[in-house]
Amino acid sequence: MYVWIWRKLPGNVAAKLGGSLALLAGAVALLLFLVFPYVEPRLPFNNVNVDQPVPASSTIIAPTATPHA
Amino acid sequence: MTEVVETVPPRAGRTAADVVRILVSGLGQLLITAGVILLLFVGYELWFTGIYTHQQQQAAARDITKEFAAAQAPATAGPGGGTQAEPYKKAPNGDVIYPKVTAGSAETVLYVPRLGKNYHYVVVEGVGRDDLKKGPGHYPGTALPGQLGNVVVSGHRTTYLAPFNRFDELRAGDPVIFEMADGWYTYRVVSTEIVQPTATWVIDNPYPDKRPVGRSFTFTTCNPKYSARQRLVVYGSFVSHTAFDKPPAGINPVKGG
Repeated sequence: MYVWIWRKLPGNVAAKLGGSLALLAGAVALLLFLVFPYVEPRLPFNNVNVDQPVPASSTIIAPTATPHA
Repeated sequence: MTEVVETVPPRAGRTAADVVRILVSGLGQLLITAGVILLLFVGYELWFTGIYTHQQQQAAARDITKEFAAAQAPATAGPGGGTQAEPYKKAPNGDVIYPKVTAGSAETVLYVPRLGKNYHYVVVEGVGRDDLKKGPGHYPGTALPGQLGNVVVSGHRTTYLAPFNRFDELRAGDPVIFEMADGWYTYRVVSTEIVQPTATWVIDNPYPDKRPVGRSFTFTTCNPKYSARQRLVVYGSFVSHTAFDKPPAGINPVKGG
């Protein structure tokens, strides 16, 4: 896969190196700014609230007694 | 004798063994890539998310210091000269009535001297996913610092700057200070507890047998670290209130920058 990309990149070795760095930066940016923010809320390990188990989505239950709010 | 080195092997010469080799090495590269992406995701969660929270905290600090300064302004301009006027009205039960804050906006500043002189986070209103990305969140409908009732705040343990990361180090008696427009509300940690994520009762008054107990707080966060299997809960009760120009010892008040 990477060999194939390397072959397809134009120019001499320096240009190929630059091209692959650009591709890498693009891939990392795509992951950090689009993929990970999309995936994150779907993973369970970031919940900090106490929650009723019933609803499918993580609905936050308002306190039963609201003292002098 | 000069020999031209062929970098690209001629396709026609591929044997079945070559094809297998290409497939296996392709699979290997795919698996390594997957591993690198997973590592990158861990790095994203632990550090990259903190960049956003850091920016949001700075913006929130600017907002809230401006708001605090505005609340102090009538005191200097008002009649009576040196005496500090109360910036806000009081309810019949003695609660200060603070202006309503929209979800995601700065509500108060939390100081925990046990975790360092400079430990402070701007607490935002709301505990939705987007609110908690900005910093610790105040449960809507629960008391505000200084008011009768329970102040409930939850925060991230390991991601988004991990404001509550070291809350397992809190011990009974540790001061916890909230900065509001009308001064400093000092509470003390009473106990900590580890509960199931379904224990919604912790956001209610932690001492139901003594209700109304007066002024208290509950903090909730993930437990153990890097997991959401349980919740770490910290309870505390109110100690004292000091005027805005007299911050408690042991903390560095937040700067708007």
